[in-house]
Amino acid sequence: MEKFTVLTGVAAPLRTVNIDTDKIIPKQFLKTIKRTGLSKGLFAELRFRDDGSENPDFVLNKDAYRQAKILVAGDNFGCGSSREHAPWALLDFGIRCIISTSFADIFYNNCFKNGVLPVTVSPEVLEQLFDDADRGSNATLTIDLENQVIRGPDGGEVSFEIDPFRKYCLLNGLDDIGLTMEKEDKINAFEKQDAETAPWI
Amino acid sequence: MSSSRTLYDKIWDAHVIESQPDGTALIYIDRHLVHEVTSPQAFEGLKAAGRCVRQPKRTLAVVDHNVPTTDRSHGIDDPESALQVATLEENVVAFGLEYFNALDKRQGIVHVIGPEQGFTLPGTTIVCGDSHTSTHGAFGALAFGIGTSEVEHVLATQTLIQRKMKNMRIIVDGRLPEGVTAKDLALSIIGRIGTGGGTGHVVEYAGEAVRALSMEGRMTLCNLTIEGGARAGLVAPDDTTFAYLKGRPKAPSGAEWEQAVAAWRELKSDDDAAFDIEIRLDAAELAPVVTWGTSPEDVVAVTGRVPDPAAIEDEIIRNSKLRALEYMGLEPGQKIEDIAVDRVFIGSCTNGRIEDIRAAARVVKGRKASDRVLAIVVPGSGLIKELAEREGLDKVFLDAGFEWREAGCSMCLGMNADRAGPYERCASTSNRNFEGRQGHKARTHLVSPAMAAAAAVAGHFVDIRTWDYL
Repeated sequence: MEKFTVLTGVAAPLRTVNIDTDKIIPKQFLKTIKRTGLSKGLFAELRFRDDGSENPDFVLNKDAYRQAKILVAGDNFGCGSSREHAPWALLDFGIRCIISTSFADIFYNNCFKNGVLPVTVSPEVLEQLFDDADRGSNATLTIDLENQVIRGPDGGEVSFEIDPFRKYCLLNGLDDIGLTMEKEDKINAFEKQDAETAPWI
Repeated sequence: MSSSRTLYDKIWDAHVIESQPDGTALIYIDRHLVHEVTSPQAFEGLKAAGRCVRQPKRTLAVVDHNVPTTDRSHGIDDPESALQVATLEENVVAFGLEYFNALDKRQGIVHVIGPEQGFTLPGTTIVCGDSHTSTHGAFGALAFGIGTSEVEHVLATQTLIQRKMKNMRIIVDGRLPEGVTAKDLALSIIGRIGTGGGTGHVVEYAGEAVRALSMEGRMTLCNLTIEGGARAGLVAPDDTTFAYLKGRPKAPSGAEWEQAVAAWRELKSDDDAAFDIEIRLDAAELAPVVTWGTSPEDVVAVTGRVPDPAAIEDEIIRNSKLRALEYMGLEPGQKIEDIAVDRVFIGSCTNGRIEDIRAAARVVKGRKASDRVLAIVVPGSGLIKELAEREGLDKVFLDAGFEWREAGCSMCLGMNADRAGPYERCASTSNRNFEGRQGHKARTHLVSPAMAAAAAVAGHFVDIRTWDYL
């Protein structure tokens, strides 16, 4: 997993609530057996018209946002299915940070496994960031994970909360399977005890 | 601090291997269900790292999302779907996992077969790379959906690193009126709390109306918990639960059964346990419902009208709901019963169990589907299909002009060939009405099996309470 330390880039505004994972990556793109190459399906129903051409009204098709690294989106982002294809598609497109007032739990978890940072902010801060994002490539945001701050284009700073363990893994690009496997003795002990107390499982 | 604990607290505590000072914990996973869509990259990761599956016997694999629901004896036409299924078949052999293939009569939707086989047991932790894993909470199991990286983590270690959720309780007093089902209850709850209302929580369902539900009804209720934002739902196990499980192939038997039931009877929240959020509903006030928009929170009684989003104060929410109406091709104020449907889908992990099929068959018996409607019934598993056929239900549907299909996820998300066309309107017993969910530009209305069946016959939504079918 790629480390996440400091990210500076254009932020694209998505002024919609409940952006579900079917919208982020529709089912026809879930048939892959790979984690890569999913950017072609990102927001496909919104990004492309019926004839396959780009929908010029969709934010990521506007010149100012084609290189966006950050999304600023309405409440309850990533609701719906558990498909990790959603963060894979965002990452493949080049988006490594999503800012919203809330995230669905499974999507939120999935982001951290892929070096993508979901940042939760208050409705007032989100409104400010929407305004910043509206300025397109004239205004970049900087996300500093170590210091837990978002720096706006006009020098303003907003801090954000993040779970210490998740922060540690992101900053260091750690694979948590390796970390867990170091605890094999404890897992063995748990299994041994469990076989005695609940042998039917 | 009180030592009283909720059911969730108890199951959590019993599975903690190690707690960290920051609140995260390594928890043990008792059961892992695997399907073809969210597992290939996990197995690929194991192979790349030279890792094996730690506990193959705690893992059960099945193919469900991509399988055709028509004749499948010649395989799958779509090369991508076929590759995904073939990849699972290679992986279950390489890693030594039990697997139900598309021709096995035990095959079905992963959340239908777990309970059906007795793989799902009270007090256990159950995960699957699928958000509707919440279904298994109906048995008093802590069951939740995970992403593919976590699937790989469970395969390799039989554990997960998790942060404990908060406790939420939804108490439903009284009895559900005739014609109002677990589906209507679940959608009504989501309509009230919103699709993000349960985020960060595990929901325990309690109260007389929940106790009175069959296991099928409890599974429908817990299944839809994720649509209200909570990853897991729970119903404390009771005699209804034990009666369902007894004699299932993977359930304990003999002395172990007695020992297990004694332990399962202890699985309930303490009387004075504290919940972070508590919500009460009166079952008697509920009606059969239909969703009008593109989020499961867009719920209205069948006797109601399409709401007018213009009154919503928040601009982003207002615009989101206006877009939903445009997508759905509806106008504010339109009567729900006047909305005509083109397609009807009866099935899915929400409503593809035997009780659902029986309920739909009772409505359809002796009637014909409307000429304008293409209706399909997709049993949740091969065993349910077989049971329904023994009861003659296939004939009821076929005589009425419905199609009777093989088991799978089917039109709930249309990863196989079962999809609605652009602008087609579908009355669906599934769980999501998201844009494009059942097909590009397809319009989904979520309803109960009886309501879907009645819509197929009438050609538009009808209030099942006025329907003479019992």
